[in-house]
Amino acid sequence: MTTQNDKKWELRLYIAGHTEKSVTALNNLRRYCEEHLKGQYKIEVIDLLRKPQLAEGDQILATPTLVRKVPEPIRKIIGDLSNEEKVLVGLNIIPA
Amino acid sequence: MKTSSNTKQKKNDKALSTLQKTPTGISGLDEVTGGGLPKGRPTLVCGEAGSGKTMMAIEFIVRGAMQFNEPGVIMTFEERADELAVNVASLGFDLEKLQADKKIKMDYVHISRSEIRETGEYDLDGLFIRLEYAINTVKAKRVVLDTIENLFGGLKDKGILRAELRRLFTWLKDKGVTAVITGERGEGKLTRFGLEEYVSDCVILLDHRVINQISTRRMRIVKYRGSLHGTNEYPFLIDEDGIAVLPVTSLRLDKGVTSQRVSSGIPSVDEMLGGKGFYKGSSILVSGSAGTGKTSIAATFADGICRNKERCLFFAFEEPPQQIVRNMHSINVQLDKHIKSGLLRFCAARPTLYGLEMHLVAVHKEIQRFKPSVVIIDPITNFVSIGSLSEVKSMLIRLIDFLQNEQITVMFTALTLNDMVNDQTDEAVSSLVDTWLMIKDIESNGERNRGMYVIKSRGMKHSNQIREFLINDNGLSLVDVYVGPDGILTGSAREAQMIQEETGAAIHNYALSRKDREIMRKRKVLESKIESLNSEFESVEEELNKVYEEEELRKQILSKNRETMQSIRRGGDSNNDPINRKK
Repeated sequence: MTTQNDKKWELRLYIAGHTEKSVTALNNLRRYCEEHLKGQYKIEVIDLLRKPQLAEGDQILATPTLVRKVPEPIRKIIGDLSNEEKVLVGLNIIPA
Repeated sequence: MKTSSNTKQKKNDKALSTLQKTPTGISGLDEVTGGGLPKGRPTLVCGEAGSGKTMMAIEFIVRGAMQFNEPGVIMTFEERADELAVNVASLGFDLEKLQADKKIKMDYVHISRSEIRETGEYDLDGLFIRLEYAINTVKAKRVVLDTIENLFGGLKDKGILRAELRRLFTWLKDKGVTAVITGERGEGKLTRFGLEEYVSDCVILLDHRVINQISTRRMRIVKYRGSLHGTNEYPFLIDEDGIAVLPVTSLRLDKGVTSQRVSSGIPSVDEMLGGKGFYKGSSILVSGSAGTGKTSIAATFADGICRNKERCLFFAFEEPPQQIVRNMHSINVQLDKHIKSGLLRFCAARPTLYGLEMHLVAVHKEIQRFKPSVVIIDPITNFVSIGSLSEVKSMLIRLIDFLQNEQITVMFTALTLNDMVNDQTDEAVSSLVDTWLMIKDIESNGERNRGMYVIKSRGMKHSNQIREFLINDNGLSLVDVYVGPDGILTGSAREAQMIQEETGAAIHNYALSRKDREIMRKRKVLESKIESLNSEFESVEEELNKVYEEEELRKQILSKNRETMQSIRRGGDSNNDPINRKK
């Protein structure tokens, strides 16, 4: 956690079309990042309906899925990210 | 499932009154299912670990791509695509190449609970999209999901998962792909997570049982909605050609029989069987105690068949083929040249290698591959060591049925134990076979000789005699046994009897010729006697004739004289003679 500021956070959100769940997930994610990782993060949204070939690479199964590409190791959180604490713990932003 | 009927599927169902089927290409499975798996519907293949679920699923895809030009998608949740490719390479399936040719598409879905956290609502659209993408890439008609149950290990929210699985199977039906979903066997249930709830069109259960340390794979079609299917448990085999299911009891008896004959390879045995040998397509049992030459008979039979340029398949369950070939040299039967020319094929295995059913499957496969006109199984007795008598019998019934349908002549050999123990195999098999040759040891005068009986031979005249069966450097032959005052004579006793009879005959001949000469002489004597008697007779006859002639002459003269006398006495008036008038 001490070296957190040096890190650049690369986050990827996989969605399947603009469903209610994906919109909720994206909104939640943006809010948490603004709060905790301001200026250090990059969010990439991938719509699998448009780019289905990308699903295999990140082993996407469920949507929405949030993938933390950097920092390693890769972590995945599925669902609409409605539980803030779980998301932050899952992304290792705050210790469990 | 109930909510699954979409318009497309309905239309299909209406247009076609019967269920369409997708052939699997797996040997035997299409026969059991009456044509294959339900087309455009999911089929559940369940079984315990190691029962061959994945094999069956992969073979379904590979055969589809290779034989039926139906590309397929393999989505695995268990093994990585490259691992799977290595695993099935042993069956001769080149998944890499098929993938490069765009015939199949493999997708490995990795789920690990440690990597995934769940928060809030989600669905499995990601999986759907991947599957759809894979289907579209190769225009797949077939899909395998192996083993989708692994999702239950990776995802916590079972409610969502179940709802999504239901949606997945409906979606697969809408796509019109024929899907095979594998599932691990659960306790008291077909699958651990109750997949049968969602996939209910066709359920195939695979089983792997070990009885008496011998394992047998079996499959059963638990359910096949809208179709007739075999309900039995069918044994199956996984070998270098993939899966082979044996629909052992669904064989029909609809092939004709011929009256063609097949020589036994031993002229004197043919002679015992109406002079022509066995019927083509019949079954022959050769039984005898140890060392009576059963294998020699079988080898001679095989040799004769191969000489006629026909194929012969020899199953050796006791001796290695090389040993048989070597041993047969001693009776001047050269099997090696037939092996070289490809007419003779040996298949050797210990009966205990696998279960009875598996043997049956293996035998079927070999026969179908080699297409022989004669099959030899040497011996069947050893099967009793791996199954009960009734099991062996039922296996042989099915084997004989199959061979008769194919018009293949089959020769079994069976070892009979000494008379103390009832020869079980004989009893069990004797009613099944058409011709039964038995070789018995005949003990007398301190030696043991072989006697051959034709116990039965359906539909032909056969000898009721016991012949002595000889094995010597030139092969096998039969000689008539001698029945003497002390019973049957065989071996050296027979030889002695033969010599004795020959001597007797010579003496007899000599005696005969001596008698002939004597008769000759007697005849000559008699003939000369007859000659002299004849001439004597002639002279007597002449004498007699002379007497007659004189008498006649005298009569004439006398009557002439009388007439003259009368005419003289009456003075010429002969008309008033009272004597003459009376006349």
